[in-house]
Amino acid sequence: MAELVDGYLIPFAWILAKILVFVVVVLVGMAYLTYAERKIISAMQMRIGPNVVGPFGLLQPFADAVKLMTKETVVPTGASTIVFFLAPMITFSLAMIAWAVIPVASGWVISDLNVGVLYLFAVSSMGVYGIVMAGWASNSRYAFLGAMRSASQMVSYEVSMGFVMICVLMTAGTLNLTQIVEAQRGMWFVLPHFPMFIIFFISVLAETNRHPFDLPEAESELVAGFMTEYSSMSFALFFLGEYANMIMMSGMISILFLGGWLPPFGIHIFGHESGLLWFALKVCFCLFVFIWVRATFPRYRYDQLMRLGWKVFLPFSLVWLVLTAGFLVYTGRVH
Amino acid sequence: MIIASLAFYLFSLMAMVGALNVIFQRNPVHSVLWLIFTFFNAAGLFVLLGAEFVAMILVVVYVGAVAVLFLFVVMMLDINITTMRRGFLTYLPVGALIGLVLLAELALVFGGWAVAPAADALRAAPTPNMADIPNTQALGQILYTKYAYLFEVSGIILLVAMIGAIVLTHRRRVSSRKQSIETQVARRPSDTLEVVKVQTGRGVSL
Repeated sequence: MAELVDGYLIPFAWILAKILVFVVVVLVGMAYLTYAERKIISAMQMRIGPNVVGPFGLLQPFADAVKLMTKETVVPTGASTIVFFLAPMITFSLAMIAWAVIPVASGWVISDLNVGVLYLFAVSSMGVYGIVMAGWASNSRYAFLGAMRSASQMVSYEVSMGFVMICVLMTAGTLNLTQIVEAQRGMWFVLPHFPMFIIFFISVLAETNRHPFDLPEAESELVAGFMTEYSSMSFALFFLGEYANMIMMSGMISILFLGGWLPPFGIHIFGHESGLLWFALKVCFCLFVFIWVRATFPRYRYDQLMRLGWKVFLPFSLVWLVLTAGFLVYTGRVH
Repeated sequence: MIIASLAFYLFSLMAMVGALNVIFQRNPVHSVLWLIFTFFNAAGLFVLLGAEFVAMILVVVYVGAVAVLFLFVVMMLDINITTMRRGFLTYLPVGALIGLVLLAELALVFGGWAVAPAADALRAAPTPNMADIPNTQALGQILYTKYAYLFEVSGIILLVAMIGAIVLTHRRRVSSRKQSIETQVARRPSDTLEVVKVQTGRGVSL
């Protein structure tokens, strides 16, 4: 009995507690990301933004959540009900399970996988299913068109994302996210791989269907794209999934290029590294750029998007991959 | 170890349920979704074997890319289920034959280990010790040293297949009017835009 408790129950409870902490933090972060987005965009457009619910409108995200939960759930006739409700759940849970491998500070990670980068890549490449299933199950033209666009868009940009990741992990010499961060102690990978950083960021914008690549839900052409038929909580799950994905991808950018939890120039606050703080700051910086881009750029046309992915990013990242490999072999960093 | 064996039975049971549903679902899109579910459970089994790299690659390649294209095509096709069922009995012998051939091949592979001790010995130590290095590295070492030529040949075969597929399906349609990105990008404001200072109350003729 004691073996059962010590061997299984206590580690299980410990893992559960860690998961709970991550989920709560990400959920609150998501809620305040929607608030931050509205505030930042309103500041850029010289408006005030949400300011009624609570001081400075700080309770607005919770008001929105309550509003969404009390709405009626509408299922369109002819919809494939199970797939229809499975789609938002998949989108949301995929955005959450990626956090299992993201190290937020030295040693602060739920599962320190040896193939962490591949895990993240696998999870992000599955994000397309939620959208495609939603588009198909809704039994609606707009939703279907949005889903088709999104499927081809996400598959296209994954390819160049994959090449960028290969460049980074060749330089780090490992697939483990903790070791990738540790490998950046001398120099963050954003400096040697600066063009790849830009390509990765733009690909992430396309992968998360954010502006200026939000064609799957382009409201001027497709009403709301794949989300057209969704309402109430199923809509909320899609919405939250999108924001959770943004946070997750920002975490990924921070780990791959911005040195994860490492402080810049070795600055130590309060006498130690304070990794969590730096990681959070880097994620916030990436999220700010996400929102900044949304406020600045007009939406891409569909053929421009495809051209950018296949004819610009893919050849360029491929060339950079060869250059990186050549440099590493030439300088004797790999054998 | 209880947890590991429980997980094994869970994954294999779910993989079998998924595989059966791929065949028995009436709606082809549901079939593809069950297929994806089966892939997942196969990846889970790989993780239990300690082959984490293969598991992740299975998810990235099959779930993330192949099955997406599958789903894409099946959704676009709008397949009529009743006409699909009609040919069931005519195709049954062919399908059964293919199944039997696969079964026989599997039996031959496993039987080979029992018959030839050299093959079994090769299987016992295929990679460097897994306790020393992560299995990604182990796979890389074996693929790029021992089987480097075979690996590159398979890469070339895939490349040729890809180029072949593109050549066979790519055709320039005369009727479609495509935008030429080059001319759009090369266009300057001075080519099309004229800024005119208009005096108040005068107007301007263009």
